[in-house]
Amino acid sequence: MLEIKNLHVKVAGKEILKGIDLSIGPGEVHAVMGPNGSGKTTLAQVLAGRLTYEVTGGTARFEGKDLLAMKPEDRAREGVFMAFQYPVEIPGVSNAYFLKAALNAIRKYRGLEEIDAMDFMSLVQDKAKLLGLDETFMKRGLNEGFSGGEKKKNEVFQMAVLEPKFCILDETDSGLDIDALRLVANGVNTMRSPKRSMLVVTHYQRLLDYVIPEFVHVLVDGRIVKSGDADLARNLEKHGYGWIVEEAPRPQPARA
Amino acid sequence: MVSKSVLQEQMAKQEYKYGFVADFDEDTIPKGLSEDVVRLISHKKKEPEWMTEWRLRAYRHWLTMKEPTWSNVRYPPINYQDIIYYAAPRPKKEVKSLEDVDPEIRSLYAKLGIPLQEQERLSGVAVDAVLDSVSVATTFKDKLAELGIIFCSFSEAVLEHPDLVRKYLGSVVPFNDNFFAALNSAVFSDGSFAYVPPGVRCPMELSTYFRINAQDTGQFERTLIIADPGAYVSYLEGCTAPIRDTNQLHAAVVELIALDDAEIKYSTIQNWYPGDKQGKGGIYNFVTKRGKCLGVNSKISWTQVETGSSITWKYPSCILQGDNSVGEFYSVALANNYQQADTGTKMLHIGKNTRSTIISKGISAGYGRNTYRGRVQIHKGATNARNYSQCDSLLIGSTCAAFTFPDIQVQEPTAQMEHEASTSKIGEDQLFYCQTRGITPEDATNMIVNGFCKQVFLKLPMEFAVEAQKLISVSLNLEGTVG
Repeated sequence: MLEIKNLHVKVAGKEILKGIDLSIGPGEVHAVMGPNGSGKTTLAQVLAGRLTYEVTGGTARFEGKDLLAMKPEDRAREGVFMAFQYPVEIPGVSNAYFLKAALNAIRKYRGLEEIDAMDFMSLVQDKAKLLGLDETFMKRGLNEGFSGGEKKKNEVFQMAVLEPKFCILDETDSGLDIDALRLVANGVNTMRSPKRSMLVVTHYQRLLDYVIPEFVHVLVDGRIVKSGDADLARNLEKHGYGWIVEEAPRPQPARA
Repeated sequence: MVSKSVLQEQMAKQEYKYGFVADFDEDTIPKGLSEDVVRLISHKKKEPEWMTEWRLRAYRHWLTMKEPTWSNVRYPPINYQDIIYYAAPRPKKEVKSLEDVDPEIRSLYAKLGIPLQEQERLSGVAVDAVLDSVSVATTFKDKLAELGIIFCSFSEAVLEHPDLVRKYLGSVVPFNDNFFAALNSAVFSDGSFAYVPPGVRCPMELSTYFRINAQDTGQFERTLIIADPGAYVSYLEGCTAPIRDTNQLHAAVVELIALDDAEIKYSTIQNWYPGDKQGKGGIYNFVTKRGKCLGVNSKISWTQVETGSSITWKYPSCILQGDNSVGEFYSVALANNYQQADTGTKMLHIGKNTRSTIISKGISAGYGRNTYRGRVQIHKGATNARNYSQCDSLLIGSTCAAFTFPDIQVQEPTAQMEHEASTSKIGEDQLFYCQTRGITPEDATNMIVNGFCKQVFLKLPMEFAVEAQKLISVSLNLEGTVG
């Protein structure tokens, strides 16, 4: 589904990703873990299409198409979704209005008719229940004055409504208390299907206790230094990142 | 009422006295301003002497005044002797069909969703559709007349309803109020007049669209609206279609008077030519708009959507004189490219238990400069007066500017004042977020701007609100090209 080859990315002139190779098949859940500053968020953002991230080499193909050549909105329309670590607030634009606009933009791209108001309402009500969001939520401004937990729930809620093929979860567990974490994880798990893949970017193991990945990759200094199964994540939780950093081949000094 | 013969006599005298009429072309007079020009305008409009005198007093006072410089707008000096102060309404250039209209204008019409018939009227297409709209307007006038509502051009009112005009003209905006108001009082061309008798609720929105005889706004417009005790009227000014005008300076005056238990709702959509992308051309819109809540329990509500003009200088205000009276001001002002807007309101609380609400939304984009200027004054004796003000600014891009100058003067300890202000910027983060949900940056900007303006749009009459939303999007140039 997603094929990343030798991806190099610079941010503000500094090389952050130094050759990432990653292959994600349909229905697979991959976790990318790593210490702070290793490039996890950069990987997530560059796949979603953030312009400030400059791709200096390599390729990323999504269902055979050149993902990096697409505008962010077209990636979304093709079925890529990113749940943000820090979702933005848009005052005055209600969650319902925003989500309907998003859903219709995607449907239009796929040659489908716009969803009518009734169908939309019943769709969102089902999904909102899944995440324990009440009805007033839809009328509030997009993330306006939301708590950190509410924002994260909203990300997963949007994902549930938009039903992407490929989901990127960027530190979705951060800032969640244990109850919220369970709800969010449950939301994510409900969405797992043989046709949908996920890339879960996280610093900690705790989300992976609930959303159990098929593959775990450890990112250190812009490179994937170790890959394994869910056990690798548990080891990291126990022993920290130190041992992997030690084991990893010395990174070359950054070229000027 | 002045009888016709007296009027004719006066006219005759004037002609005799000054005898300049024959010297000039029938439709226009030479550039420049003088007492003679003021008299000539009055004469051309066949006005009674009191009106001429009033104009002259205004003119003489204007001579003693200086153009204000306190506003936050910049423009080269205006040469007041280089302006033609009177031009008879010229028939618009006739075109056979919409096909002949400038494609750029037609595409704007389409973007704004203006109905075909309206498009034809605006572009001066001479077809039956236009005649239809005249017949609609006539039916409309008959219905109003049945209720005793007067709705006509200002010139007509001066001749047909002089008692009302004399009683109220200048009672809210005296001719010596400010430089531009004095200029307008001396040379005003025409405008609207509306009177709603006691206890009558005007059943439809009054709009200049239906005011046959006076469809051209003119350079120095004068509007007077009176709501007698218990009356209600909603007035719509302007339209969303772009209005191009060869006159660069527009100085209008609007006066509203609400008596006991009366309510006036005044909505404006202003979309005059804003100049090109480099800021060349465009209209200077220097307007004095003020309403007086003269009676107890009266209410005046201003709603404006200002997207046009290269410079806007405008402060629709309320004098809350009657006890328990209510003043409201809801505004969206947009400054794109090199547009400058200095706009806001004044709420003067004089009566007891008076209340006012100010919601101002300023949008700046390109090199636009948007200023909110507001004054809330609680006079001594205005016990339990209350004001709520909210001024929000939205910046798009990093070359525009937003300013807020609130001025609050309270002389009454029982007053309750609330003021909130915010400035936000449409950030790259917000746009990117929307993009990752499949929404283009243009649509996202549109959505964010509409969310920002929603509070004000909700105050507009329904069909106007929809148009206003489209207008903002077109004015920001969000149709496929976002800066």
